[in-house]
Amino acid sequence: MTGASPGPVGAAPLRAELRGISKRFGATQALSDVSLDLVAGEIHALVGENGAGKSTLVKILAGVHQPDSGTILLDGAPVQIGGPAEARALGIAVVHQEPRLFPDLTVAENVFIGHAPAGRLGSIDWGATRRAAEALFAELDVQFDVNAPVRGLSMADQQLIEIAKSLSVEARVLILDEPTASLSAHEVERLFAIVRRLRQRGASILFVSHRLDEVFALCDRATVFRDGRHVVTLPTSQLTTADLVRHMVGRAVSLFPKVETPIGDVLLEVDGLSRVGAFRDVSFTVRSGEIVGFAGLVGAGRTEVARVLFGIDRRDAGEIRLGGAPVAFTSPSAALTAGVAYVPEDRHQDGLVLDFTIAQNVTLPILPRLFPRLLVRAATERAVAIDETRAFQVRMTGVGQLVGALSGGNQQKVVLAKWLASRPRVLILDEPTRGIDIGAKVEVHRIVSELAASGLGIVLISSDLPEVLAMSDRIVVMHEGRITAEIPRARATEERVMYAATGSADGGDGTMAADR
Amino acid sequence: MTAVTTSATPRFGWTRSLARWETLLVVALLGLIVLGNALSPFFLTAGNFANLIAALMEVAIMALPMTLIVIAGEIDLSVESAAGLASALLGFLWMSHVPLPIAILIVLAVGALGGLLNGLLIARGGLPSLVVTLGTLALFRGLALIVLGPIGVSDFPEAFTAVGFGHVPGTVIPWPFVIFLVLAVVLAVVLHRTWIGRHIYAIGKNSGAARYSGVRVARVKVGLFMLSGLIAALAGIILTSRLSSARADAAQGMTLTVVTVVLLGGVNIFGGSGSIPGVVLAVIAVAVMQNALRLASVTVEVQSIALGLLLILSVVIPTSAHRAKSAIERVRGGRPPPPDSVPRGEQRIPSVEEEPS
Amino acid sequence: MTAATRSGQRLGAIARQRELGLLVILVVLGAAVTLRAPQFLTIANLSQVSVLASVTAVAALGEALVILTRNVDLSVEATIGIVAYVVAVTLESHTFSAPVAILFGIGLGLLLGIVNGVLVAFLRVPSIVATLGTLSVFRGIDYFIAGSHQVPLAGLPEGFTDPARSDVFGVPVFVLVTVILVAIGTVILRSTRFGRQVYAVGSNPEAAAILGIPSRRVVFTAFAACGALAGLAGVMWVMEFGTINGTAATGAVLAIVAAAVVGGVNIFGGSGTLAGAALGALFLGFVANALPLIGLSQFYLQAIYGAVILAAVAADALILRRLQRSRTRRSGR
Repeated sequence: MTGASPGPVGAAPLRAELRGISKRFGATQALSDVSLDLVAGEIHALVGENGAGKSTLVKILAGVHQPDSGTILLDGAPVQIGGPAEARALGIAVVHQEPRLFPDLTVAENVFIGHAPAGRLGSIDWGATRRAAEALFAELDVQFDVNAPVRGLSMADQQLIEIAKSLSVEARVLILDEPTASLSAHEVERLFAIVRRLRQRGASILFVSHRLDEVFALCDRATVFRDGRHVVTLPTSQLTTADLVRHMVGRAVSLFPKVETPIGDVLLEVDGLSRVGAFRDVSFTVRSGEIVGFAGLVGAGRTEVARVLFGIDRRDAGEIRLGGAPVAFTSPSAALTAGVAYVPEDRHQDGLVLDFTIAQNVTLPILPRLFPRLLVRAATERAVAIDETRAFQVRMTGVGQLVGALSGGNQQKVVLAKWLASRPRVLILDEPTRGIDIGAKVEVHRIVSELAASGLGIVLISSDLPEVLAMSDRIVVMHEGRITAEIPRARATEERVMYAATGSADGGDGTMAADR
Repeated sequence: MTAVTTSATPRFGWTRSLARWETLLVVALLGLIVLGNALSPFFLTAGNFANLIAALMEVAIMALPMTLIVIAGEIDLSVESAAGLASALLGFLWMSHVPLPIAILIVLAVGALGGLLNGLLIARGGLPSLVVTLGTLALFRGLALIVLGPIGVSDFPEAFTAVGFGHVPGTVIPWPFVIFLVLAVVLAVVLHRTWIGRHIYAIGKNSGAARYSGVRVARVKVGLFMLSGLIAALAGIILTSRLSSARADAAQGMTLTVVTVVLLGGVNIFGGSGSIPGVVLAVIAVAVMQNALRLASVTVEVQSIALGLLLILSVVIPTSAHRAKSAIERVRGGRPPPPDSVPRGEQRIPSVEEEPS
Repeated sequence: MTAATRSGQRLGAIARQRELGLLVILVVLGAAVTLRAPQFLTIANLSQVSVLASVTAVAALGEALVILTRNVDLSVEATIGIVAYVVAVTLESHTFSAPVAILFGIGLGLLLGIVNGVLVAFLRVPSIVATLGTLSVFRGIDYFIAGSHQVPLAGLPEGFTDPARSDVFGVPVFVLVTVILVAIGTVILRSTRFGRQVYAVGSNPEAAAILGIPSRRVVFTAFAACGALAGLAGVMWVMEFGTINGTAATGAVLAIVAAAVVGGVNIFGGSGTLAGAALGALFLGFVANALPLIGLSQFYLQAIYGAVILAAVAADALILRRLQRSRTRRSGR
């Protein structure tokens, strides 16, 4: 699996070589024995589904993580990348999706922070810094007021500053980590022009992207990762979109078979919902007993839709109807009372209070309902918690155990128990199986199936394609804040969903249009 | 809450460390009493006890809502000025011939209003409580000065001053101590026995998760700051009564003691843990300490050295102990990270569309 | 560039021009006050105001430095107080000659600043708690040393208080000292590695950590420098007031923090200038001086400090939010 073919530039020297890199996080094998090489003067695409291991690889190169095994060579010499500062010193520059700049400092200073031209007595020569920054932007062929503070600049402009920063240190390897995720078409064009110019100068560029059309438009070679493994590296001229999609999908699955349940009445109707900067004109319905899968890539706007439905963020336009009646939640507690529950994506940040007990976590959303006279009765709380967690078979010493002491899968079950205790009519699950082991995953799927069978309407947001396909009655696909397809279970395939999710222009077998 | 191997919890189990902290307090308290007794034969007399506790009651009363606020992850530095404003306003109203009961109601209402201002700026405006209440610390004191000027008002009726100065008939227990006890019991019940208290802990431990769980975070915080303002006004009234004098500079410097008592009581400055009994214990400890120092002829002004040190140590000791503990665990090594200790960045790829809300 | 970016930059520009805006307000306010009370605009009055403001300004420079790193130092007033008393009493007892006493005062301030720095940077006590504690400790030590003793003006050596009353080519010495300090500090903040690290740590601590900036050393140094400047302010306090006891500078911290904040030093760290902090002190000094002239009592001052802090914080937060919104809208589709 280590067969990286020679680059299209043939005799060009190898700039960076990664050999047999493995990285494990707890129970998750993020990367296993992957190899990748970059030659001078190439743009190399790295593609794969969410969780394929792309960002782990980027972080290893950026010095954020150390590999468990494997070697990295730069221009033939083995290197240890102990930290971000060392990565920079070695000439590895990363342009993150979200730039890490100093908002209060000027553009010029951000470009040269840490290595500004020195004047007399070692002080910073601002004139020289400004001129050097201007020269860099001129080289990139963009106009910039280098004296303005970074605060208030658009994401695209901030990325350009990161690129200028990498130029200022003559980076040998430039990594662009999903740089186009938040850019407009025009900004993408500008970025591509710059990246091509950098290639001419002999830089090695690793381009991590979800957008397959961009891979073909820009890159010389493409490497596909899947489940932390290297799948293939080929010149893009020898690949088609269909090939790439085929390499990306097809993950191994072992799932709880979905229970077929009769679909009932419409519970939730969303009509033309929009939120500026997040998503636009989103319409769909959820019926009783139905699981509606939400597929799409990270940043497609799915979580943002859920946040509006749950009353965390406000909508700018559109209507939400619950059981036929229009609703406008101004807080999660209002949504919970009305019967909408949202299981957030980030368990630790938003889902649980880790040093509360299981019982305290499970009853948190329903305390006012459970104890209308304010006083919390420990016995009742215990009994309710035991009741609510029974169906989930949480491995615990008792409901008095601290949630933080549980494994990830068991924590996720507590999260589910917690939200279900509020007896919702509509349950929104955001990446319910991310980061938990396969056994726990199967159990979560079983529970979700049973919940649908009991008449709940379920919205399942998941970046795990096989999961969405297996669990959903209908799949809504989002891309860049819009719904690009709505595919009934019978017609859903991984390829079809992936086409819609990547916004690829060609619709595969022509079914890209929403079935609505 | 038992049978927990704390090594797997990311933060230390608060009940256990709290229990340890309270034990430490009791030991320190006993030590102080022995020391005090050695210093002076009057130390353990009932009358002396009444004195030492009476002088601290305004602080003790204000420490109760402060406990709730710090547990919720915020702080209120403005309490001393709110108490000063209450004193000045009471003096002004009395001078203007407003009947005392009405004047007291007005003063309490103004206190709550000041708390509302703090709460709205912090919970709705999203401003840091440190800075907001630093601002109102100056603002409320300034208003007190504007209302009353440099004068003192002291012709209050005896019935009023008796409350602050007097004792429960037939005992040596000062009335303010009774007020403190009643408040302590009420707030202890609220904090430890009702779901409002549970919500306060949840906010302090993880306000994001609390919000997603339907806890009305902003509303709870506004409520807490209003309570703090109200109680600070009450403390200002008690102080006025006890000293039989209303002054604009009343209660100056008291915030320090209030915060010290709260942190000494085992409340975590970063929020999420602490208890009313712990704070009550700390009140007694500080009272005993101040009394011991007084018997050792240390002036009130110089006592502030001990108080400041106490404040700093209340933060340094638990955090350093915690850091030392985790360092030792790291050195021992071998313990694999729990299955879910994937670094945050790895679990969650930030999406650009997120904006702070 | 789209309209949103331009408006964003305009807001940024406004934020940067805080110093200029403050100057304009000063002039307008001065003119308004002069209309009602002509004695305001006399050389004697103006120089008296600026000399008095210089003491606050010097302390506010240190405070500004600390605030730039996202911290705050509430103990400065106690440092001023303790240094003022110790300097006065060592002069009174002829323990030190005047130059030695001045250096000793600054050194003592530095030492107290180092205590704060260790607590905040290395023991990781939140700065507000640490300096609230040291405020109490330092003030207590001050009282302990001073007792009920008061150093009278006559106890100071001949001519020691002259700098507060003399000028160089018409510029009061204190003002000159402040201007020189602002100039030196500005060069350090603008053009040295340390100076830029101060801004970086306050502006984006995470990014600073990724860059390998030694945040703790930077914070420690800021507190130490703040202590030294407070020490100097303590020395100036002696020269200004002459008669010193253990309560010198009680309550001054609010004016000092208010000066820094009204001068455009962002309470959330990362932006602001020393010139701004000094101008802020001058502004508050003018307000204090103008109040009685327009028939308002001095008692309004404290309330004004509070209102100024609240207004500045709210304004900073508002600008921040506006900018972020314009950014999201722009990147929105």
